[in-house]
Amino acid sequence: MNTITILALLLILMAVAYQVGWRRSLGVAGGRSGVRKLHSLPGYYGLYTALLCGMPALLVLGLWVAFQSSIITDLVVADLPAKLHQLPPEQMGLLINDITNLAQGNITSGEINPEMQRAAEHYRSLQQTATAALAVVVISLAIGGILLGWRLISPRLRARNRVEQIVRWLLIASSLVAILTTLGIVLSVLFESIRFFRIIPVTDFLFGLGWSPQMAIRADQVGSSGAFGVIPLFAGTLLISLIALLVAVPIGLMSAIYLSEYAGSRMRALAKPVLEILAGIPTVVYGFFAALTVAPFIRASGESLGLQVSSESALAAGLVMGIMIIPFVSSLSDDVINAVPQAMRDASYGIGATRSETITRIIIPAALPGIVGGVLLAASRAIGETMIVVMAAGLTANLTANPLESVTTVTVQIVTLLVGDQEFDSPKTLAAFALGLTLFVVTLIMNVIALHVVRKYREQYE
Amino acid sequence: MNDSAGKTVDLVKAGLHRRHRRERRFRLLGLGAIVIGLSLVGMLFTDIVSKGYTGFFQTGIRLQIDFDPQRLDPEGNRDPAVLSAADYAGLVKQALRTAFPDVKSRRDKRALYRIISSGAALELRAMVLSDPGLIGTSRPVWLTADDDIDMLVKGHVDRTLPETSRRVKDKVIGWLERLEREGAVTTRFNPPFFTHGDSREPEQAGIGGAVMGSLYTILVTFLLSFPLAVATAVYLEEYAPVNRWSDLIEVNINNLAAVPSIVFGLLGLAVFINFFSLPRSAPLVGGLVLTLMTLPTIIIASRAALKSVPPSIREAALGVGASKLQTITHHVLPLAMPGMLTGTIIGMAQALGESAPLLMIGMVAFIVDVPQGVLDPATVLPVQVYLWADSPERAFVERTSAAIMVLLAFLTTMNLLAVILRRRFERRW
Repeated sequence: MNTITILALLLILMAVAYQVGWRRSLGVAGGRSGVRKLHSLPGYYGLYTALLCGMPALLVLGLWVAFQSSIITDLVVADLPAKLHQLPPEQMGLLINDITNLAQGNITSGEINPEMQRAAEHYRSLQQTATAALAVVVISLAIGGILLGWRLISPRLRARNRVEQIVRWLLIASSLVAILTTLGIVLSVLFESIRFFRIIPVTDFLFGLGWSPQMAIRADQVGSSGAFGVIPLFAGTLLISLIALLVAVPIGLMSAIYLSEYAGSRMRALAKPVLEILAGIPTVVYGFFAALTVAPFIRASGESLGLQVSSESALAAGLVMGIMIIPFVSSLSDDVINAVPQAMRDASYGIGATRSETITRIIIPAALPGIVGGVLLAASRAIGETMIVVMAAGLTANLTANPLESVTTVTVQIVTLLVGDQEFDSPKTLAAFALGLTLFVVTLIMNVIALHVVRKYREQYE
Repeated sequence: MNDSAGKTVDLVKAGLHRRHRRERRFRLLGLGAIVIGLSLVGMLFTDIVSKGYTGFFQTGIRLQIDFDPQRLDPEGNRDPAVLSAADYAGLVKQALRTAFPDVKSRRDKRALYRIISSGAALELRAMVLSDPGLIGTSRPVWLTADDDIDMLVKGHVDRTLPETSRRVKDKVIGWLERLEREGAVTTRFNPPFFTHGDSREPEQAGIGGAVMGSLYTILVTFLLSFPLAVATAVYLEEYAPVNRWSDLIEVNINNLAAVPSIVFGLLGLAVFINFFSLPRSAPLVGGLVLTLMTLPTIIIASRAALKSVPPSIREAALGVGASKLQTITHHVLPLAMPGMLTGTIIGMAQALGESAPLLMIGMVAFIVDVPQGVLDPATVLPVQVYLWADSPERAFVERTSAAIMVLLAFLTTMNLLAVILRRRFERRW
């Protein structure tokens, strides 16, 4: 019996419990005519019984499924012959992997010795016992809940109040998911980052000028010294983001100004949604466009001018990323420009200013904090953008300010370090988490500042 | 007095021409920005469509196939096990040899065999298995051409280039031209593109596996994120007291909405895969990660929908004796539901186009089989686009663009649905 079947059975039992509670409440009230004697409507008694039946069982099911495999693994490991306990952790991991594969009838990496065979048998039998035990525990909890409901129901039971109390707690629990997500992000990247900083000092990471994340397997290997300096990665990220902002801010801002101050309602109704299409296109599509259309075009036009252009130039990635964030800049600017009170415009027209003078001398200065906030949000989006740079930017770290050369970014390095096979104790993999932490902190600071600025600005004119 | 006023007017008039010119310039600048923006949208779509529309078509070659009983079923008892293990590739080779009897040398023969896709044998096998009566007959069959031939027929290979710098040699072009003269080459609509899984051979690769993977992933995302987001929004709007705690949750949600998506991938890798040891590449894990990523979007939209329900509705319900929960479930939620659903669809569209966090949890593997459930290894449509975009074969470029067109079609449908929902059910109080 697998988890899905247990879950389905549980749902059926909950439906039964609803019926039981409903009928029982009518029973204790003395039939339909006695409904007035009940504290709550019969449906609430049904709901109460269903919740009593389902909640404890679901909780146990969830916890059990989450921890079953690690507990079984620990039990199997504890049972292995003593000589295997002396294995170094990596080999132990490999062995456990082989045992679980063997138990599931998959292909194993090495040859199978009798000890592993025995361990796999043990694993399989433990797993079967655990699943059977789970089914028994969950079903009996559910049935116990129904019986408890049956016993508790009386005309004086405040079923509605209890149900509402439970629902309220469920709502609170759901709103905690957002907090837990943040906590999970911080803890998971922080944890691995701390392990990384034990191997590579923080100062080397933050201020190092070289990035070549190889660690030697042998001491005498060529290029064995790994370098984990994050400066060239951030330089590359900033270069590409800067190009993107140079494209997006003028176009986005000017089109927002035109649409809100000049354009008629028909043009506005047409142009705005079309520009917003750009925001809905998946980033992987931009990446494809950058790598297969824009980059070759820039390379060809650069070469016709006699310039040396890399086929993974920062310019191509930056230009396309700029296209991506145009709607971002324009819709945020549109919001803040519309928030500027009409009285300020009227006053400016009243003393004889032209429209462009009103815009450049009155509206933009008044909206500046909001615009800056929007640009900051756009910049944080650009820094965290992944697919465009993975597909169109380079892989090797290059400390340069020349947009025609190839640079790499923080997100590209996270992807290249983590995609494919990985071992979880090499500094190479852990470096990706340290990069993730830096990325998270940098974008968080930018977002907090931007959201604060935008909020302050809105309050000013409300 | 009169004199000085006249001077001011003159001063203003003198500058007026210049100021109006500046006004026109500014206005043109704005119009230019709009035109650039719109033409960028146009360029992007034209580029994708012009590269990709041929991807829905595939070149086929007609060959006279002799379903030789000796080769397929020497025993003659039509045993399915024998039939499915028979040498169908041999049938194709035989047919090619009969069609081109003048090809003699070993190297030329090998080149000749390569004009038909290696998947053709599977097509023949499926034909014979569904209709064993074919054995012993000889009939013309349309077989899938190899991707190089496909590119040549579609005109993506420049026939005027010197032989050494193109992938298709003169001799092969000669054979193909002969087949074309006989009317044995055609380009037709390619249904396997929608049903097949991934493949290393472009002519056999399809988006079927990726679409199913996307479907499972989005299903998990929807089932988890919609109830969670609605519950959170209801709590924050209807129950939560205004204090530091609810302020913290609110700031937290706004910040989560702006966290780079790849960081959610790192979270998924560390928590779901390493800590809870869920399977890699599974739509379940992808769905969990995308749930966390889309939650803030849906929560923010749902809160806005709840806010737009006027307080008088709540007061009326409470006034006739409904409890708080009854007020919410019977009156507030039904009125806010269109807004919440619109937000959810937009969130789902965002999840459908997302690929960066899925790279982290192993949904980039090369997977041939179409996934059958949420625990099977799978990939999703945007990641399939990424994988194909990285492939060196020329034929994958049009496949990638075609896959992008399918992806954009899904997204457009979802966004249209959201717009229609908003137009139809939105109420102004």
